[in-house]
Amino acid sequence: MDLPTTEKPGSRSPGPVAPPKAPTHAMPPLSLSARVPDADAPPPVPEEPRRPLATRFPKRSSGRTADLIFRLATGACAAAVAGLIVVAIVFMVRGSIPAFKDHGLGAILSPEWDPTNQKYGALTFLFGTAYTSLIGMMIALPLGVLTAVALVEILPHSLSKVISLAVELLAAIPSVLLGLWGIFTLVPLVRSFEVSIYKSPLGLKNIPIFSGSPMGVGFLAAGLLLAIMALPFILSVTREVLLQVPVSQREAAYALGATRWQAIYNYILPYSWKGIFGAGLLGLARVLGETMAVTMVIGNTPQIKASLFASGYTLASVIANEFTEAPSILAISALISLGLILLVVSILLNAAARLMLIYLGRGSSSPREAK
Amino acid sequence: MNRGHVYRKILGRIMEGVCLVAAVIAVLPLFTFLWHLFAQGFSSLSFSMFTQLPMPPGELGGGMKNAILGSVLVVGLATVVGIPVGIGAAIFMTEFAGPTIASALRFACDVLSGIPSIVMGLLAYQIVVVPMHHFSAVSGSVALAFIMLPVVVITTQEMLYLVPHSLREAGHALGIPTWRIASSIILRAAAPGVLTGMILSVSRIAGETAPMLFTAFGNPYLSLDPKSPISTLPHMIFNYAISPYDDWHRLAWGGALLLVLGILGATLLSRFILWWHQRSLNT
Repeated sequence: MDLPTTEKPGSRSPGPVAPPKAPTHAMPPLSLSARVPDADAPPPVPEEPRRPLATRFPKRSSGRTADLIFRLATGACAAAVAGLIVVAIVFMVRGSIPAFKDHGLGAILSPEWDPTNQKYGALTFLFGTAYTSLIGMMIALPLGVLTAVALVEILPHSLSKVISLAVELLAAIPSVLLGLWGIFTLVPLVRSFEVSIYKSPLGLKNIPIFSGSPMGVGFLAAGLLLAIMALPFILSVTREVLLQVPVSQREAAYALGATRWQAIYNYILPYSWKGIFGAGLLGLARVLGETMAVTMVIGNTPQIKASLFASGYTLASVIANEFTEAPSILAISALISLGLILLVVSILLNAAARLMLIYLGRGSSSPREAK
Repeated sequence: MNRGHVYRKILGRIMEGVCLVAAVIAVLPLFTFLWHLFAQGFSSLSFSMFTQLPMPPGELGGGMKNAILGSVLVVGLATVVGIPVGIGAAIFMTEFAGPTIASALRFACDVLSGIPSIVMGLLAYQIVVVPMHHFSAVSGSVALAFIMLPVVVITTQEMLYLVPHSLREAGHALGIPTWRIASSIILRAAAPGVLTGMILSVSRIAGETAPMLFTAFGNPYLSLDPKSPISTLPHMIFNYAISPYDDWHRLAWGGALLLVLGILGATLLSRFILWWHQRSLNT
């Protein structure tokens, strides 16, 4: 962390002391041997105003010019990366201004979406995004945490390495391919599950979340796919967090005669629940903006239903489906404003999760180093 | 006392069993996915997929030549812009910026990498498509470059941090200018890691579909003009997957297999490079 501060004095002092060399062009391929005498040069005679670099570097060693150029160039790259967030916010806000001017912020909370008749309520999409994310997280979070516990605490090292590699590969699979798999494998499975609920003699279909006709596509299928997508993120962060729990914590638990599960449940998990919360936030941020897979299995019907089996629509999928077919500039602007919602929520969630994990990393690193 | 002892032992066994079941469930999706992909994909993978253009539904044959070439073009353009800028930013973070600025930049990259890809597509639409008045391969590349940039920066920066500080000091002691130290010593020492980061970021954007919908837009004909609409492989898989035709479904699986072989191959290759590099460092 302290790298950049320590190297600067070293880089400055030897250069200017050397006798002025013949001015070379901007970026010569400076060989090592050519510069070695500089380092051996007599100790710095305070040859006064050395600071104003800009006035001196043309005559002096060409490394200066090249260094400055290099520094500016890489700095520009870094500024471009940081500026991307600002550019994103500015353009998304600018793009949604026509929509906000036309129907105001409040109109977003109406359930009616009908661009051909200038109705731009987004409530059904907000609901769809929230509901599918909730389903996804309710599956992925326990699954991810339990798997992480198994990997870190129970399974032998070699096997847990294989499993975590497999789950990380899952993260590399593009969402459109998971959607393809969803259409042809997951949806039929979900449908047969729904049919069995529908036909069950216990009357399960009267429970609100199981009501409706079994179609396969809908909130449940989308939620399952989202769970699969969030799992790698939750698992890898939780695993890191569990690995950070100091060994002394475990030793203390076992010394008190705890069984392995008691050590996990009473000592290890409580130590890391904040990190697990951060993992959940990260997973949620991924899930909210997920587009392709959800679009392929959710049914794309703007409606608000509590049933897991009903089809729905999410913010991201309405953008994906309707953007190129938007009937007017206003409709495009309304879709961009939905994108703005996604942008703001994902920035906030990611920032919160990262801050939390950074804070934790700082807090828990000390016992680990003491070990 | 004794009963409590038995109880907690049994509870422990049960809960450990639950954790193991969870681990099995966690790997299940990958294996069922790969199983279906290989079962469906290999039968539809054929030579004509690489050489033919898409056919209307119902006609036999047809391939994805335009989409494969389109993907290469769009991803290639994005890479040409994204990787140098990303590496430059990472060098700035490790070699020039103070700790505060470096961690602020890192934070910005973390946040950026979490922005949904469809939002990046909307951004590229507004920055490139609107001024140009039509969809184009370039706009798709811009969206992909936005997506890959934070990934490149994060992976490169982590690899540059791993280079021992003594190498930098040695360079300064020899009086080598900083730019030479960064480019010839630090970057070279970290080269395998940086290469890994490049491969990972390329494989991440190769499968992006959402931003392609309203930037590259798709094109049933062969086009290699960066200024005109173009088809990409993931986008075409999407179109074929949601179509009602069995022929197209088969082609979609074939394309999917191609894409996965590329991405998984690249991921495994990058892991191998890293593993090999670390082994050679240790010996």
